[in-house]
Amino acid sequence: MEQKKHKISMIEKRKEVLASLENLGLKTYEQLDSGYFPSITMPSRSTENIHYDPQLRQYILGDRTVRRSTRNIRHLKPFTQLVWAALFSHELTSQRKTSTLRDVYYSAQAYEMTFTDQEESNNIVTDLETVLGFSREDFSIFPEERSAVFGDLTIEYTVPGYEGRTLNLTSHPDGVLIGPALTSAEFVKTTADKVIAIEKGGLFTRFIEENVHKKFNAILVLTAGQAPRATRHFIRRLNQELNLPVYIFTDGDPWGMHIAMVIISGSANAAHLRELNTPDAKWSGVWATDIVNYKLPTDPLDDVDVKRLYELQKDPRYKDPLWQREIKTFMKIKKKAEQEAFSRYGLTYIVDEYLPEKLEAEK
Amino acid sequence: MAQTTFEEISASDFFYRNRDIAGFTNPSRAIFAAIRELVENSLDAAESLKIPPDIYVRLSYEGEASKETQIYRLRVEDNGIGVPPRHIPSAFGQVLYGSKYKLKQQRGTFGLGGKMALLYGQITTHQPATIISSTGITKIYMYKLMIDIQRNRPLILDRKILLNKEQWRGTIVEFTLEGDYFRAMPKILDYFKQTAMVNPYANLTFVDPKGRLYKLTRITKEMPEPPKETKPHPYGVDVELLQRLIQITPHKNMLDFLKNHFHRVGEVTAQKFLEFSNISPSKNPKKLTHEEIVRLMHMLKKFKDFLAPDASCLSPLGEELLKAGIIKELKPEFVAVHQRKPATYAGHPFIVEVGIAYGGEIPKKDGFLIYRFANRIPLLYDEASDVSVKVIEAMNWRRYKVTPDMPIAIMVHICSTKVPYKTVGKEFIADRPEVRREIANGLREVARQIQRFLTRREHVDREKKRLGVFSKYLPKIAQFSAKLAGKEKLPDIDKLLRSVKRFGAEET
Ligand SMILES: Nc1ncnc2c1ncn2[C@@H]1O[C@H](COP(=O)(O)OP(=O)(O)O)[C@@H](O)[C@H]1O
Ligand SMILES: [Mg+2]
Repeated sequence: MEQKKHKISMIEKRKEVLASLENLGLKTYEQLDSGYFPSITMPSRSTENIHYDPQLRQYILGDRTVRRSTRNIRHLKPFTQLVWAALFSHELTSQRKTSTLRDVYYSAQAYEMTFTDQEESNNIVTDLETVLGFSREDFSIFPEERSAVFGDLTIEYTVPGYEGRTLNLTSHPDGVLIGPALTSAEFVKTTADKVIAIEKGGLFTRFIEENVHKKFNAILVLTAGQAPRATRHFIRRLNQELNLPVYIFTDGDPWGMHIAMVIISGSANAAHLRELNTPDAKWSGVWATDIVNYKLPTDPLDDVDVKRLYELQKDPRYKDPLWQREIKTFMKIKKKAEQEAFSRYGLTYIVDEYLPEKLEAEK
Repeated sequence: MAQTTFEEISASDFFYRNRDIAGFTNPSRAIFAAIRELVENSLDAAESLKIPPDIYVRLSYEGEASKETQIYRLRVEDNGIGVPPRHIPSAFGQVLYGSKYKLKQQRGTFGLGGKMALLYGQITTHQPATIISSTGITKIYMYKLMIDIQRNRPLILDRKILLNKEQWRGTIVEFTLEGDYFRAMPKILDYFKQTAMVNPYANLTFVDPKGRLYKLTRITKEMPEPPKETKPHPYGVDVELLQRLIQITPHKNMLDFLKNHFHRVGEVTAQKFLEFSNISPSKNPKKLTHEEIVRLMHMLKKFKDFLAPDASCLSPLGEELLKAGIIKELKPEFVAVHQRKPATYAGHPFIVEVGIAYGGEIPKKDGFLIYRFANRIPLLYDEASDVSVKVIEAMNWRRYKVTPDMPIAIMVHICSTKVPYKTVGKEFIADRPEVRREIANGLREVARQIQRFLTRREHVDREKKRLGVFSKYLPKIAQFSAKLAGKEKLPDIDKLLRSVKRFGAEET
């Protein structure tokens, strides 16, 4: 029944997205037609307006708003770009096509709209997200970078041409790309009882070879570094729709720690969006304390690592004792370790010894 | 005191040997200097009658002289005052002979320039010069003469008297000289252009060796007030001048001597001064010893109560004429001029006039175009050493919204009974604090004016750009929003565009 609900919600959402884009067009049209300079008001994304919401366990935007009025010459171009981006998204979404941020930048030229650079067009897309309250994936703009998933989960495509077709996510030994088709697919069935997210491709492949998905009854997700938003949303769906606990394995350093944190609590950049984070996901390693307990081979922390640790220490998302303890331990031992460090105990040690212990500990 | 003279050389010999200092440095410089000296004599000659000058200059090719140099014939013809017949030989054949030793603003001063040109021509081509002149009387006098360099005397080779049926008045000077016109050409053309700029009431015609005609036509017959002759001011005298005055004075006592030979010295001032300097009013000036003359010079400079020299001996161009000249030669989009009040340095009165011009036909280059003038003569060489250039460079132009990449020309004109030239070549002005201050204050004034202009223009530009942005983007918003809203018809944005214009107009 859960699957049905999702199917409906996908269609509903698309309708909602299209309607809100059309509404933006209509409002602008009417303002123009009645002789007013079109304007738009949206939440401000300036740092002073980004707050951490402990309830939602993610960053949110505060009450401050910005008004973009075409009476102001400096707003004229970005406003035009925004309306264009809305039109472009509407065309994509209604034709059920997808695009990338890079595409948006180039497509503008066909409409005699210019963006000075990629950053400018990215910003406009973010504006559109903020105005509409939908994430860009909802209006068919996807990031370039792709991560992957592997495990016993059967999905049913909803993209045109594939509607109704199903796929089991163990069918390809390299995993299946988390792209627009997979992101919009419905979950049909699974035997898995957990999700393990992994930072690095090498370990992801290793886990598949070592049958971790079978041994631990897990769906494996490769984040490929900092997880793209579509992947974060996908992990959230696995957690919320299928009720699967999520465990995250990263390198044992401040950067790996933060990859896990963004999956759990989201990023400040996406404060205007919801449903990208998985508050109940768990960071299972590699912890600073693991480095000590498992006597892993290490590298010394360098200056940027230490600086990053100090930043994280003050970050509201890190206030839980576990995180604070790990940050302190890193600072104390002044060392870091990669996931691969377990190889010193043999190739299967991480699967046979470390993983079970950590998963057990997290229960 | 005993000075042994092993060999005496004449003034003409001296100046010929040192022709560098008069600007006859090399074949290209020489041809420029020759044209310039004769043209300036002609301008002086016409202005002294308050007649708008008509000057015709022709340079024609005569033959090869060497690989790099050619022989040219130079002819300069004017409608000036003319030279009285008895003065013609000396005026053109004796160095340091001239009519301009009087104390007033004029171009020539040393009784030197014209002769240097003739001297140079004679040495390089061994040909006599022809002078034709009439003061408007019934006869025209024609002299063929050379300069006896050793003796500094004119050598008259031929003399003719013609009937002046047409009542012609003016002077024609014609002679041959060696030179390099093609290297000198840019400077010569510049010279004519700039001369026209500060003499907008003159007609200048130049025919070059290729037969090309350059005609710079006057745009006004208005001429500046001619200068009045003046006496030397006590602050400006030196021992040399005092000795000369003592030699020529008919006055038998110091009181009369001071009263009659100095500018701004009357009975009362003369008495006060003599008291101050402890000199007896009845003393005969001819009896002053050398030491006493030196002391007198120092005391004259020390005495505080002499009135500053007045400026009636000066003839500045005036703001109207300067502006007209700039517009005529530079065709700028904007021009501002300013004339300073008379000032003095070391007892010499001077007036600074400045102008600044923007845009139009002024080229854009890295830095400003600088035009320097002294007593209505353009100064074309040694720009970097000139005081005006130093002042211009030291100024904070950004304060006035002026940047070096703008098409800007700046002119500085200084006129004085004694222009503080650094050299005999009359090419650049020495850095005197009084002069520097006047130039700086003048430039500040015109800078403020150009600033107002630039601000206004910037505003107009901004307005234009603003309108451009609205008319570029509003139609696009209309198009995109109509499509997004699924409307066939585009929204009506004319009202908005019109209001943008009104809105813009209100702001100005
Ligand atoms: N074109 C001319 N018309 C009238 N007088 C002239 C002309 N050229 C020269 N003279 C006279 O000859 C004199 C000598 O001229 P020049 O040698 O150039 O010396 P300067 O100009 O310094 O006096 C002048 O003072 C002037 O009296
Ligand atoms: Mg002269």
